[in-house]
Amino acid sequence: MTVSADEVALYLKRRARWSPFEIAFWIFAFATIWLFPGKYLILKDTAILALFALSLDLILGYAGIISLGQAAFFGFAGYFAGLVAKYGIINEPVIALVCSGLITAALGFVTSFLVLRGSDLTRLMVTLGVSLMLGELANRYSNITGGADGLQGVEIEPVLGRFRFDLFGHNGYVYCLIVLFICFVIARRIVYSPFGLSLRSIKGNTLRAAAIGVPVKWRLVAIYTVSAGLAGIAGALLTQTTAFCSLDVFSLERSADLLLVLIIGGTGYLYGGLIGAVIYKFLQDWLANLTPQYWQFWIGLVLVVIVLIGRERMAGWVRIVRSLLVRLGTWLMPRLPALGGAAPDGR
Amino acid sequence: MLTILYDGIAYGMLLFVLACGLSVTLGLMNFINLAHGAFAMAGGYCTVFLVNRLGLPFALGLPIAFLITALIGGLFERTLYVHVYARSHLDQVLFTIGLVFMSVAAVDYTMGSSQQFVQIPEALQGQFEVDGIGMGKYRLLIIVICGLLTVALQLILAKTRFGSRLRAAVDDQRVARGLGINVGAVFGITFAFGSGLAGLGGALGAEILGLDPTFPLKYMIYFLIVVTVGGTSSITGPFFASILLGIGDVAGKYYVPKLGAFVIYAIMIIVLIWRPQGLFARGAAR
Amino acid sequence: MSETMPKTTPILQTIGLEKRFGGILAAQNVNLAVEPGARHALIGPNGAGKTTVINLLTGVLRPTAGRIELEGRDITSLLPHQRVRLGMARTFQINQLFLDLTPLESIGLVVSERLGSGADWWRLVGTKSAVTDEIVEIVERTAILPYGKQRLLEIALAFACRPRVLLLDEPAAGVPEAERHELLATIEALPKDVTVLLIEHDMDLVFSFAERISVLVNGALFVDGAPDEVARDPRVKAVYLGEELDA
Repeated sequence: MTVSADEVALYLKRRARWSPFEIAFWIFAFATIWLFPGKYLILKDTAILALFALSLDLILGYAGIISLGQAAFFGFAGYFAGLVAKYGIINEPVIALVCSGLITAALGFVTSFLVLRGSDLTRLMVTLGVSLMLGELANRYSNITGGADGLQGVEIEPVLGRFRFDLFGHNGYVYCLIVLFICFVIARRIVYSPFGLSLRSIKGNTLRAAAIGVPVKWRLVAIYTVSAGLAGIAGALLTQTTAFCSLDVFSLERSADLLLVLIIGGTGYLYGGLIGAVIYKFLQDWLANLTPQYWQFWIGLVLVVIVLIGRERMAGWVRIVRSLLVRLGTWLMPRLPALGGAAPDGR
Repeated sequence: MLTILYDGIAYGMLLFVLACGLSVTLGLMNFINLAHGAFAMAGGYCTVFLVNRLGLPFALGLPIAFLITALIGGLFERTLYVHVYARSHLDQVLFTIGLVFMSVAAVDYTMGSSQQFVQIPEALQGQFEVDGIGMGKYRLLIIVICGLLTVALQLILAKTRFGSRLRAAVDDQRVARGLGINVGAVFGITFAFGSGLAGLGGALGAEILGLDPTFPLKYMIYFLIVVTVGGTSSITGPFFASILLGIGDVAGKYYVPKLGAFVIYAIMIIVLIWRPQGLFARGAAR
Repeated sequence: MSETMPKTTPILQTIGLEKRFGGILAAQNVNLAVEPGARHALIGPNGAGKTTVINLLTGVLRPTAGRIELEGRDITSLLPHQRVRLGMARTFQINQLFLDLTPLESIGLVVSERLGSGADWWRLVGTKSAVTDEIVEIVERTAILPYGKQRLLEIALAFACRPRVLLLDEPAAGVPEAERHELLATIEALPKDVTVLLIEHDMDLVFSFAERISVLVNGALFVDGAPDEVARDPRVKAVYLGEELDA
């Protein structure tokens, strides 16, 4: 039973094809700009949260690293972006955004060596410790960071010199959505690359991965660095679009909420963070309207219930829904040659 | 300076009583219980209610707080926690964080969000002057009670049958079961006891640590530091880790006030870099 | 030992290898020499330390004393993946597969690592023709293969590293009779330029396959020689038939 190299290549590449579900998702996402004109602020928050969750998914869902410390990168970049804008060091937001991402990635690189040692609990503690430490530092140097009052007096220049962030949040939202999409495409490429494949092998069977020549530690350092960079971009987006940054970016609650987002949405398939962010924001908004003071109770309850039901069972439900959608897509594809629907060779 | 040492030791011993239940739980069932602080909070509020509202004497309020919290712990263990034992660490973290959120909000709702103070008896207020060192009377009580508890715990572990069953189960669960030890019962009792201790610690600590609904969130990290640095395979590990942390925190807040807890986090990270399994742990990672 | 033969450098060698676990000496003064192109078997009763030796050789465990040399080069302090890069691969006694990857992806992973493009994050899997040219079979997900086939895959993964030295840790373990034949044939068909060190309990396989056998007992090398020498040696028989041989 022999097979040609071309068929092998095709087989391996098929996983990376953009499914109809994905295309529909992004069309809808961009359509929200016109569909929900009054909701820009919450949509923008959702987009930022989605990017933040995506960054965690890369290390949690693809490399198996449990971290409570993504807030460290979020907050670090948040303050960085705020400070460079406030003191006029970098005026153009896009450049500031890229710089924030890069410097936060560097921070991620430096701390990655701490994170890769020890057990799950050690990792949890170290990641949490780093983010709380940064919070304390920000508090200590309140003459620079504004301390408990937050960073004041930040003024953001128009994006690319043309698009000023207005009060209704329209430009802010479009900006965040575009950044989210670009980061998503990059993450997607990474995940479907040989590098991404090696990450999945590390997560699935670290012992064997090392035994076939995968330099485990370096791959994990690399993905942790990338993840830190993305989390940083999310943090910088928040500061840029709200012209404000405060100490709660480093809080435990923020990291815990992030875990909740990924639990709701599922890990390991990239869209978990995005879907989870949407559901979470919706849930939060709804609950906050119901019980403004105690919505935390219901979030806690949701967490408990989700765990009790079991993520496997929920992942099973998600899989059923997904395969239904995929089947729908495959049925649609040949009928839409415009989307490049040459009938694939079976399943 | 000696006052700082004294305060630090008192603080550390309090931390120890609060955290040792968590340490045993983690070492015994490999279960990360981030809601441990919630039991401490329960004990604190219990005492507040008993002493302030019902007028019970402080000396009675403490043991009752212990008992009630132990009961709650045992109840939760049988009904909720038992479903999550076999799950991954991530699930345990999420589950217990969820419980924390719920308990924080519930207490906020029922008892209000302001800080609560326990009416400690006259005899315990103020301080002794010994050689020019101010030794708080209340802190002395803490040192005495916690010291006695530590000794009692060591004795229970080392000298009683239950203690040896517990140590066996911590060492190797499967073998312990194979020897006929009812590991489930051991865990249930230990969990209840540990929660009770946390409640007692919360009651004792209300005066020093401050009791409000955010207590579990504020102090969870401290307990986790004690457990991570001290390791889970002994009582002495977390004990020394607690003392170290207690002194470190008090000293840090005195000498570099603005950095506050930075000192502790830094200590923890340095320790974990040096010894990922904790300062006093022996053997392989879990 | 015949001194008259020309000395070839062993391709894999351990010198005074020792491993302690607390009070237990799992391997002591192991001096193993595997010649290039050899069919060398490492046997011994359960608990003799065979898997410990393999773990030491591959870097999963660090020795407490001694040295390991691959092609004359000291590899004692190298990490597992570095040893693979130098040409040593292994299989595991219990299958260690990537259950969430398809066999094709698993093999593709190994090939792409070997060709140095394992860290490429900018292109998709399957776009490098050198890699796809090396991959031969497409089957269903690893987890649903019958055990014998999984065992073959286990060997295939190690083999795809194009190793110079292949360490097989009980390849026939757990394989039902019906599927053994295919396994034996596969091992037999391994090319001559790959040196094979086989750990096995199955004596038929050992004796039909090996050109040289080392016997490990209680962590120490006991007997070392050609198959018929070993088979005849009374001490070996005693060890296998259970008579305690106190040194």
